[in-house]
Amino acid sequence: MVSQIVSAVGVMIVGVFVCALYYWLSDKVLNLALPVRDGDVTQASRNLNRRAVIRPWLFLGPALLLLGIYLVYPVIATFILSFHDRSGETFVGLANYRWAFFDAGFRQSIFNNILWLAVVPAACTFFGLVIAVLTDRIWWGNIAKSIVFMPMAISFVGASVIWKFIYEYRGASDSQIGLLNALVTALGGDPQVWISMPFWNNFFLMVILIWIQTGFAMVILSAALRGIPEETIEAAVIDGANGWQIFWKIMVPQIWGTIAVVWTTITILVLKVFDIVLTMTNGQWDTMVLANLMFDWMFRGGGDSGRSAVIALVIMAAVTPIMIWNIRQANRDAGGH
Amino acid sequence: MASLSLRLKRVGLPRLIVHLSVLVIVILWLIPTLGILVTSIRDKGQITTSGWWTAFSSSTQTSAGRLGDPSSARQEGANYVITGSVFEKGQGGTVSAFGVRVQEPAAFPVDKPADLGEGETLTVKPDGSYVYSKNAPFEGSRGKRIYLTVSTPPQFSLQNYETVLKGEGIGQAFINSLTVTIPATIIPILIAAFAAYALSWMSFPGRALIIAMVVGLIVVPLQMSLIPLLRLYNEVGNFLGTSSKTYAGIWLAHTAFGMPLAIYLLRNYIAGLPKEIIESARVDGASDFEIFLKIVLPLSFPALASFAIFQFLWVWNDLLVAIVFLGTGRDQLVLTGALNALLGSRGGNWEILTASAFVTILVPLAVFFGLQRYLVRGLLAGSVKGG
Repeated sequence: MVSQIVSAVGVMIVGVFVCALYYWLSDKVLNLALPVRDGDVTQASRNLNRRAVIRPWLFLGPALLLLGIYLVYPVIATFILSFHDRSGETFVGLANYRWAFFDAGFRQSIFNNILWLAVVPAACTFFGLVIAVLTDRIWWGNIAKSIVFMPMAISFVGASVIWKFIYEYRGASDSQIGLLNALVTALGGDPQVWISMPFWNNFFLMVILIWIQTGFAMVILSAALRGIPEETIEAAVIDGANGWQIFWKIMVPQIWGTIAVVWTTITILVLKVFDIVLTMTNGQWDTMVLANLMFDWMFRGGGDSGRSAVIALVIMAAVTPIMIWNIRQANRDAGGH
Repeated sequence: MASLSLRLKRVGLPRLIVHLSVLVIVILWLIPTLGILVTSIRDKGQITTSGWWTAFSSSTQTSAGRLGDPSSARQEGANYVITGSVFEKGQGGTVSAFGVRVQEPAAFPVDKPADLGEGETLTVKPDGSYVYSKNAPFEGSRGKRIYLTVSTPPQFSLQNYETVLKGEGIGQAFINSLTVTIPATIIPILIAAFAAYALSWMSFPGRALIIAMVVGLIVVPLQMSLIPLLRLYNEVGNFLGTSSKTYAGIWLAHTAFGMPLAIYLLRNYIAGLPKEIIESARVDGASDFEIFLKIVLPLSFPALASFAIFQFLWVWNDLLVAIVFLGTGRDQLVLTGALNALLGSRGGNWEILTASAFVTILVPLAVFFGLQRYLVRGLLAGSVKGG
């Protein structure tokens, strides 16, 4: 066991060393291959220019190689695979897309994903904003923020265990050890099997992601709120605006951009939600979402790469508008400099 | 009264509401984690009989015991008497009631002689000692079965942790998680930093295009990569004659998947470094390699730390990449995978699940509370600017 850790640390050191060696050696080789001597001025300046042309690519090389193999190539390959059969060898045209269109499981997943998209980003942003506003006004706000932010560090699997314990069900004659059922029975209700309650169980799973992500929204929005110029609020106070009006008419409009960023970031996360559904229900009781359906088809009956590629492409298509918006935004930032 | 209302006015009712609502939110957010922490240190038997919120008060449960067998009876005057304790060795608690039928474990109160009929009386004391007497010799060869209502004081121990670390493979999974996480956190930093420097301070054709590509790749779903990479890994594994599920494979995968965000974060930071420092180093004849190593890298420490925390949390908490690219064998299962497997095999054993869950979240929580400042800084740099 200890030897495994030692070897991991060893790999880390060797890995860092090999990387450093690559950058150092490639730089040296470049300088040797294109020498700059005092004698021939035109040759020297030509070589200097050539170095300047090549060097960026030496620096970028490893990163581009990794991005190419692990992200760019797979996107293209997945697209091609979606037109092939389960083994990926025979071209089948649009058969996989036709399957998806008529498959009840696929439709269920799309429906659930839309449900998640409608609830989770809105809930996280709303709670995040409310908590940010409230905690900014009290002396122990930072402690409160820390606690709301904490679930960010917890894995989705860990969070699922935490919440599964809250939803735990015991027969009506036993004493309830799940917090939710204990509350329900204390109020005179009957204990419920929350996780296998069709349709509503989706919301019980969403609560987990909201619990995790609200802290993220809160941190970003809190920073944005602090960036609002004091004068605008003071002016509103002098004009006799109350707290509610200040919040909706002065503060919120000034942080629209940040709200949009938080919303889209959580939207992307929701589209990829996988761990929570896998550990809580594994898609049973009508809780399947696209990422889990895709994973399911990847391995079900030896795997069907065509169908799971189609599902992956649907997720990709949903992300694409946000991707384009992000690129535009980044280009504008770069142009502004 | 006047001073109180005056003070209330100064504190302000709205202010009090703010304090109270934040308090409610904090409690709501804390309770789920607190639940598994408390449960993980409770006694196994108590977890199943009472909710964790009652952990600090005594719990009441029904248990069974057996009185001494007839051969241990002594004669006292006209009566035959058996004495002893209803508890077995190691068992403890306070008896509040007892009975002789399983349906009625609380038929008789303690400290009072109970008439069991046929001339038998049984007195049980709260500490478990009993006097069982009969006006005739006891018959049969086995002791009488009785049922007890016992309240046990709260018991806390680290027993559950010992069980999961040794017996349930969580200890090995912890080591596996470290093995995956350490290299997969450190190696991407250097690669991304060089790329970020090139994209910030070197000019070459196609730079804007690469930056746009990196920004675009940040949001590409992992799902797009899985199928082709799984096929690629199998081919490479076949070609080399080794398993396709190796640590080297998952290190590279995590390094690559973290690369777009790493380059983006570091570029934002490195491009914002003061131009004068880098220009004057160039004038002094320093090469790009030297500038990067001696000036840019040390100055970018906050950004490097932010990214390292992100990558650490992401790799440690990842489940999907681990189950696809690393095996599910005992020597390769990481903590998230092990916890997921336990949810299937140990569904109702909350003493095991809660202790395992707490082991998996322990390291990220320590990192979170220790380095929260860098985490927040990284989040702000990563999303406020663009996204």
